[in-house]
Amino acid sequence: MIGSFSWTHLWYLVDSIWWTVVLSLLAFVLGSIGGFGVMLARISTRTWLRNMALLYIECIQGIPLLILLFIVYFGLSVYGFALPALVAAGIAMMVYTSAYLGDIWRGCVEAMPKPQWEASECLSLTRWQTLRLVIIPQATRLSLPPTIGFLVQLIKMTSLASVIGFVELTRAGQIINNSIFQPFLVFTVVGTFYFLLCYPLSRWSASMERKLNVSNR
Amino acid sequence: MSAIANPASAAVSAPAAIVAPIIKVDQITKSFGANQVLKGVSFEVARGEMIAIIGASGSGKSTALRCIDRLETIDSGAIEVAGIRVDDPAVDLHLLRREVGIVFQSYNLFPHLNVLENVMLALRHVKNQSKSEAQKVALAALAQVGLDEKAGAYPEQLSGGQQQRVAIARSLAMAPKVMLFDEVTSALDPQLTGEVLRVMEDLAAGGMTMILVTHEMNFAKRVADRIIYMHQGRVWEVGPGDMLDNPQTPELKAFLAADL
Repeated sequence: MIGSFSWTHLWYLVDSIWWTVVLSLLAFVLGSIGGFGVMLARISTRTWLRNMALLYIECIQGIPLLILLFIVYFGLSVYGFALPALVAAGIAMMVYTSAYLGDIWRGCVEAMPKPQWEASECLSLTRWQTLRLVIIPQATRLSLPPTIGFLVQLIKMTSLASVIGFVELTRAGQIINNSIFQPFLVFTVVGTFYFLLCYPLSRWSASMERKLNVSNR
Repeated sequence: MSAIANPASAAVSAPAAIVAPIIKVDQITKSFGANQVLKGVSFEVARGEMIAIIGASGSGKSTALRCIDRLETIDSGAIEVAGIRVDDPAVDLHLLRREVGIVFQSYNLFPHLNVLENVMLALRHVKNQSKSEAQKVALAALAQVGLDEKAGAYPEQLSGGQQQRVAIARSLAMAPKVMLFDEVTSALDPQLTGEVLRVMEDLAAGGMTMILVTHEMNFAKRVADRIIYMHQGRVWEVGPGDMLDNPQTPELKAFLAADL
């Protein structure tokens, strides 16, 4: 096709996008579940639970994702938990995503006007009912743009999984480059694929933010 | 006129003596930091009675009202509502709030739900009514405030007066024994105030026990069975509506003069 870069190479790259998507979705879905739990803990009425969640968020946000990957992949294997690269990457990214989404969502829930809580309380709704029926449906709207914004970061960060040998888009690019040594071309193509994945999401996030601003104030 | 034959009407003219009061507020105090806003407030409300609490901002009238629904806790004294000791730290708040409805100055409707869903929410999830049952009750409550035709509208599509009437219907649908109104017309234009006051007047005529904190002096005078004038955290003057025509204390006199 171009130099020694063949259609086979291109197809290999396209194929590896799938694994980037799988890892992104895995991290996002698992991280959302974890993040929801972290958010609940952060707004709990129990002080110890709030503090534990805060500690978790601050620790995870202070550690590079790459180091988390090393801990889960290399660190655990020493103790006999030799995890497949996809599982290790999934776990590390879940831990990481939980901390960020938990904090983003806590902010959205806390941004809901206090009188909404008060009105629900006066209608005899329980705290959990209030959260489920009144607060979260409203906070969800608010949380969509930053959540999708984070998803875009997440997709790009899956490239770090290449260092533990998980063959996703970046790793596939490295493999091809190792054999044909055309780094400018290969990594430009890889970069383009990331862009094509992320750009529509960024646009979606931005357009939602615009819509929210119109109807909210 | 036979006061003995008809205890309900007797209750209106001589509340405390005939029927046991449904609300008893006894010597309550409340401070926010160093600022004592309630300095021993006492009053009683008979079943079916409508009480208007008036007073300048900072007189403690809203705080007193909020204490009755335990949105604020009191420092000392006692409050009893429909046999429930509100000041008991172990009070069952869910039980209390099924007996007491409250409407706020800022409506506080749920913006993501339409009018009908706003009214149905607690019926479904607190009273565990079936969907059709809750819908029937909600529509009846909306009809009572004249808004059954707006059932499908969202709060943002309604005027302030309509939103406030939905808020009243939302409380009313839960069939509380007592309704509290915290300056419910203060955020409304004069022309929208009227429609909300009419709804409250209908409620009072229907025998609902009501306490309203209000700035609408003419309304209070005309509709309330008794008026409580609060000044600097105390009940300063109590009397029937026409007490506003001949205030006994210089403070009430000054307050009324400032209001005109």
